[in-house]
Amino acid sequence: MAKNDLISTSFWDEYSQKVQDRMNNPKFMGEITEEEAKEKGCKLIVADFGAESCGDAVRLYWLVDEKTNIIKDAKFRSFGCGSAIASSDTMAELCIEKTVDEAVKITNIDVEKAMRDDPDTPAVPPQKMHCSVMAYDVIKAAAAQYKGIDPEHFEDEIIVCECARVSLGTIKEVIRLNDLKTVEEITQYTKAGGFCKSCIKPGGHEKREYHLVDILAQTRAEMEQEKLSAIADAKTNPNASDMAFEELNAIGQFKAVENLIDKEIRPMLQFDGGDLDIVDIRESDDSYIDIYIRYLGACSGCASGSTGTLFAIESVLKENLSPKIRVMPI
Amino acid sequence: MKKVYLDNNATTMVDPEAYEAMQPFFCEKYGNPNSLHDYGSQISPYLRKAMDQLYDGLGAGDMDDIVITSCATESNNWVLKGIYFDKIVTGEKNHIITTSVEHPAVGHTCSFLERLGVKVTRLDVNSDGLINPDDLKNAIDDKTALVSIMWANNETGAIFPIKELAGIAHERGVLFHTDAVQAVGKIKVNVIDAGVDFLSFSAHKFHGPKGVGGLYIKNSQKLTPLLHGGEHMGGRRSGTLNVPYIVAMGKALDIANKFLTFEDSHVRRLRDKLEDALLEIPDVTVVGKREHRTPNTILASIKGVEGEAMLWDLNKAGIAASTGSACASETLESNPIMEAIGASDDLAHTALRLSLSRFNTEEEIDYAIEEIKKAVVRLRSISSSFAYAPKGYKSGL
Repeated sequence: MAKNDLISTSFWDEYSQKVQDRMNNPKFMGEITEEEAKEKGCKLIVADFGAESCGDAVRLYWLVDEKTNIIKDAKFRSFGCGSAIASSDTMAELCIEKTVDEAVKITNIDVEKAMRDDPDTPAVPPQKMHCSVMAYDVIKAAAAQYKGIDPEHFEDEIIVCECARVSLGTIKEVIRLNDLKTVEEITQYTKAGGFCKSCIKPGGHEKREYHLVDILAQTRAEMEQEKLSAIADAKTNPNASDMAFEELNAIGQFKAVENLIDKEIRPMLQFDGGDLDIVDIRESDDSYIDIYIRYLGACSGCASGSTGTLFAIESVLKENLSPKIRVMPI
Repeated sequence: MKKVYLDNNATTMVDPEAYEAMQPFFCEKYGNPNSLHDYGSQISPYLRKAMDQLYDGLGAGDMDDIVITSCATESNNWVLKGIYFDKIVTGEKNHIITTSVEHPAVGHTCSFLERLGVKVTRLDVNSDGLINPDDLKNAIDDKTALVSIMWANNETGAIFPIKELAGIAHERGVLFHTDAVQAVGKIKVNVIDAGVDFLSFSAHKFHGPKGVGGLYIKNSQKLTPLLHGGEHMGGRRSGTLNVPYIVAMGKALDIANKFLTFEDSHVRRLRDKLEDALLEIPDVTVVGKREHRTPNTILASIKGVEGEAMLWDLNKAGIAASTGSACASETLESNPIMEAIGASDDLAHTALRLSLSRFNTEEEIDYAIEEIKKAVVRLRSISSSFAYAPKGYKSGL
C-alpha cells in the first residue's frame, strides 16, 4: 500500500484504446459452421475453456488446413467482462495464418502486448491479466483437440502465475539459484506475482492452488534443511576434507578415530594377539580431546599398554587427526 | 448523450436544498462550535436545528443520543467494538449474531472480532433475501451480547422485520443494533417504534453529503467510544464537528422524510416499470418480492450477460448502475449476496443492481429500458454461454 493505492480509481481508465475498441466492436466474434469448413476444405475445431459459473467462458473456432496445419480462420464467443471479450478477439486474430504448433506458442503476454497502444504501457490493469490467460488456455484446448492429445501435453509443469506463465519449477529453481528471500525478489526475477497478484497469497482476485508466499517459505525451509543436513553430513563424515577433527561432532570424531585405528593400529595389535575398543571421546576442561580406550586380548595385560604401545597409538592419532588428542587407557 | 444515474444505493446526489443549507458554514459561519467567542457560539442554533431534524427524522426521544459520526461504517464499527470492550473483554458475554448479507462495515468488523475470540453467528437468508425470525430465536444463547441485523439490504433492497427481530433479542435481554443505511430516507424509520438499541445511518444515502453519518443510542446507554479525544458530542465521539455537513444532513433527512410517500408511489412505480421491462427479456431473474423490498431497488440476473460487461455498455450509454459480480469489484469472486441467497454460480456473475431515487424521471427510465435491452442483445450475441444454451434461451429479446 502506498500513495497511489490509497484512493482507488476505475480500472477501466487503464484500458488501452485498442482494448476499448475491441470491447465495443470485436472483429472476430461469431462462429464457424461445418458447412463453411467443408466449403473451404478445412477441418473445424471448436474448443471451450472456462465456465459461466467462474465468471469467464470462451469458445474458440478454428478452420485448419490439414495439409499445412495452418489456421485459416478463427472466431470466438465469450462470456466475460469487456477485457475478456477484447482478449478473446485479439487471441482469435493472432491465431490466423499460424500453424497449430505456432499458435500454441501464443501466450497471454502476447495477447496483452498486442492490445497495447504503446509498447511500454500495459493494455489492461494487473487484475485484468487473467482475462488474457483464458485466451491462452483455449488455444491449448483447440490445439489438443486438433492433434488428438491431452491439453496437459502443452503444460509440462504446474503454472503458479497464470499472468506471467511462470511454473512452480521455475520459481523454486530461481529461489534456490539466487538465494531469494522475498516475494518481491521473485517478482523481480520471474515477473510472477507482478500482474493480478492472485498468486502472491490467498485472498487475491482469483483462487489459486499455489501461492508465492508458500512456495518461498517451503523452498527456504527446504534449503535450510538441506544446509543443516549438509553440515550434519560433513560433521559425521570423517573424510570431509575441509573440516578439522575438532569441528566434527561426536559421531564424526568416533568414526575418524575408528577408521584410523582400523587402518593403522589394529592390525599391529592383532598381530600380537591383542586389540582395543574405543570407549569414549571427551573434550577435557584443558582443551584436550581425550580418547578413552580399553585394551583387549593380549594387550589387556601387556606392560607396554601404558608406555610404548600407548605412545604409538597416541602418536598416530595426533599426527593424523589432531595434536590435541590424548589417549587414556581404562 | 443522456446521463441517467441508477446507482443510488451506492450514493446519491445532494439535494439542492441541503446543499444550499450548508453553504454559509464554509466561508461565513465557520467558527468552531466549541469556541467561546461569537464565531463559535453563533453556530449553536444551527447545530441544534440540525440535531432536532435528526431526532425528529428518526423518531428519537430526549433521553436518547444521536451521535454524529463520519459515516455508517464508523457507526457500525463503534457499536460492534464498543460492545466488545463493554461486554466481551469483561468476560460477561462472548457472542454476536448477525446475517450473512451484511455490508462489509458489519461483516468484516465481525470477522475482525472473531479473530479476537468472539463467537459470531451469521444467519442465512432465503431465496428472497430474507431471514427467518425463528433462526434468530434459535441462535440467541446466554452468552449473546449483541444482535446486529441490517434494516434493508444494499443489494437486493430486502427489508428485514426489524421491530420483530429487536423484540426477539430483547425477550432474551440482548441488545439490538441495525445498520439502517439503506432504509433511512426510503422507508419510514422510527427508532422508538422499532425498539432498537443502536441504529447506524449515513447522510449520502438520503441526498445528504458524503463523510457524515450518525449513530442512534437508546437511552444514552453506555458504549465505549471508538474515538477518544476532546469532549465533542458529550465525550462520546471526539473530533471537531463538521458543521456544514451536519446542517446539510439534518436538512436532507427532513426533506427525505417528507418525500417518503413520493418514494413509495412515484419511485416505486418507476422501479416497477423498469423491473417489468427487465422481466420481459427472456431468462431474467429479479431477486426478492417487490413488497418486501425498498421501493427503489432491483437486483436482476440476466442470463448470459456478465455483469461488468453490462456495466460497460450501460456506461457508454450514460447509465450508471452497479454490480457486485466478478470483475466489477475488488475481487473476482461472484456477487456474495447472490451466493447468500442460494443463487447458482451461473447467476452470480450476471448480477445487475439498479437503484433509483426521487430525482429519476420517467423519461430516464424509458431511456434506461431501451439501452438495457440493446446491451442485452449485443452481449448475448457475443456470449458463449448464452449462444449455446438449451433452446428457449436463445430468443434474445
